[in-house]
Amino acid sequence: MRIFVCLGNVPDTTTKAKFTENNSVFDTTGVQWIINPWDELALTRAIELKEDANSSVEKVTVITVGTKSAEPTIRKALAIGADDAIRIDAEPNDAYAVAAQLADVLKDEDFGFVMCGIESCDYNGSAVGGMLSEFLDLPSVSAVAGVEVEGEKVSVSRTIDGGKEIINIDTPFIAIVHKGISIEPRIPAMRGIMMARKKPLNVVEASETELLTDHKSFELPQPKPPCKMIDPENVKELFDLLQNEAKIM
Amino acid sequence: MTVLVFTENWDGKFKKLSFELVSYAREVAEKLNVSVVALSIGEVDEDELKKLGDYGADKIVSITNDHLKTLDNQVYTKVISEVTQKENAKVLILSHNNTGKAIAPRLSVKLKAALGSGLIRLPSEVDPFTVYKKVFTGKAFANVILNSDIKILTLSQNSFKLISSDNKATIEEYSTDIQASDIKTKVTSTDKQTGKLLLTDAEIVVSGGRGMKSSDNWGPIEELAKLLGAATACSRPVSDEGWRPHEEHTGQTGKIIAPNLYIAVGISGAIQHLAGISSSKYIVAINIDPDAPIFEAADYGIVGDAHKILPELISIVKENLS
Ligand SMILES: Cc1cc2nc3c(=O)[nH]c(=O)nc-3n(C[C@H](O)[C@H](O)[C@H](O)COP(=O)(O)OP(=O)(O)OC[C@H]3O[C@@H](n4cnc5c(N)ncnc54)[C@H](O)[C@@H]3O)c2cc1C
Ligand SMILES: Nc1ncnc2c1ncn2[C@@H]1O[C@H](COP(=O)(O)O)[C@@H](O)[C@H]1O
Repeated sequence: MRIFVCLGNVPDTTTKAKFTENNSVFDTTGVQWIINPWDELALTRAIELKEDANSSVEKVTVITVGTKSAEPTIRKALAIGADDAIRIDAEPNDAYAVAAQLADVLKDEDFGFVMCGIESCDYNGSAVGGMLSEFLDLPSVSAVAGVEVEGEKVSVSRTIDGGKEIINIDTPFIAIVHKGISIEPRIPAMRGIMMARKKPLNVVEASETELLTDHKSFELPQPKPPCKMIDPENVKELFDLLQNEAKIM
Repeated sequence: MTVLVFTENWDGKFKKLSFELVSYAREVAEKLNVSVVALSIGEVDEDELKKLGDYGADKIVSITNDHLKTLDNQVYTKVISEVTQKENAKVLILSHNNTGKAIAPRLSVKLKAALGSGLIRLPSEVDPFTVYKKVFTGKAFANVILNSDIKILTLSQNSFKLISSDNKATIEEYSTDIQASDIKTKVTSTDKQTGKLLLTDAEIVVSGGRGMKSSDNWGPIEELAKLLGAATACSRPVSDEGWRPHEEHTGQTGKIIAPNLYIAVGISGAIQHLAGISSSKYIVAINIDPDAPIFEAADYGIVGDAHKILPELISIVKENLS
């Protein structure tokens, strides 16, 4: 079976948020672009499954909606171990449009499941995976903290309040993953980087879609008043402040 | 026209989260001058359902169907969109928790409705419909315009106050024709602890980082949490090391929480950690290093050794709170 992993191309998690054009556009100067952390963990799990002799997974494809500027990120995914990549050539401005464009390509592909992350670390939509599932009219499981594949059989573990549940599900379906899917992301090895150059990166045209949202303007958080420092010899003061000033205890 | 709010229950009981959502829905409805319909799926008795009225629901639609006992995203989407249409809802509100994140985006496509997710306050305008949300994992905020006839909003937990009202809600049973064969995701086993205070529900959280040095040193964190009726949490390296269970890890890749008080002990305050806790109303930092970045995010700080400060704090709390 083949697994698709949806990749978001996002600013490095330590990037400072800065905006231009009267706070209406994210300032990308000097930004380092990375694979969205959840997608990197999903990809790691997908490759582990491919390597597992008990699973029927034999191919891992990454798919991105993005302009040419996303290609270094896609190459990194190939270097980590994806077999091939598809780039849908469009600016990813709106979750609904991104999901529609992904669905338009994936509807003609044969796969066991598609993995998406729970949220991208730039616009924090938590949207594309679920939207894609509905566009494709396929079952989805969200909050997926583990995927197992035994031959052709797939089960996932889903986080619930206070624990987890195991779900059996027929392929094809969409897995929207979060914490636990794998612990450490794989990093590309030298050999992987060499091989990545020769792996197929297919660019396809994006379908015409509507945008339903518009990020009109951005704001930075108000600076916090400085931290009140308390003498370590007088811990009681902390208690008093929490009780009388913050009115918590 | 109505505002429809999806209220989750836990073994037949609502939580603060459900009432927050209804309070929020009420305020959104006031702006639009329409009424609030609350949807409840599952076995909930009448007295419990009526509580939704106390926070502003005009009408409660209750669905009990054995096939809806576990969450199947596709089927829930079908049922909720049926009710959206039946109630002529123009705004649909869910929580930005695991359940809401699983179904809100599907509903967005099914109803062709723009999704505003992870909202932290009321829409600033209704024409054009403009919502306010966290972006860049809390490093900025965005005003987002939703361009569609129906709008779907997911509200971040603990970001809206409870507003009680003297509404008397009517209750209506609604039945759907969901069959066993519609359920494509079969839950085969469940492993869950009941009765434990969930991190996402806690008003106070006591959290330890790598500065605690080893899992053997967690006694004081647990004791303080117990005294304060708090939940315990930790930073990512702590759960990666296996010192604490994974459910406790807060941050960008863990849980995102917004308690009234977050006490960070031996946590440096990395940006990815702050992403999970920066919405806390008050942050206390206890750290041996005066230059630790956590002090920039904290309201109150003590520079000192956790192993000395925690026992002192515990005895002060014991003396003053019992
Ligand atoms: C993509 C990505 C995602 C990440 N996601 C998360 C996340 O979700 N959550 C998260 O927490 N991290 C996350 N991280 C890791 C993050 O960058 C930090 O490495 C981590 O938060 C540090 O944990 P810490 O503060 O416990 O440990 P450290 O940074 O090692 O800090 C320990 C602190 O303890 C103090 N200390 C030492 N001894 C004592 C003592 N006796 N008494 C008091 N204080 C003491 C030290 O001064 C220090 O400040 C992520 C990283 C990446 C790259
Ligand atoms: N431009 C994109 N191309 C491909 N997949 C994406 C894109 N944006 C988001 N995704 C996927 O959707 C998940 C959730 O993203 P979001 O809905 O933007 O929070 C990500 O973790 C990715 O798996």
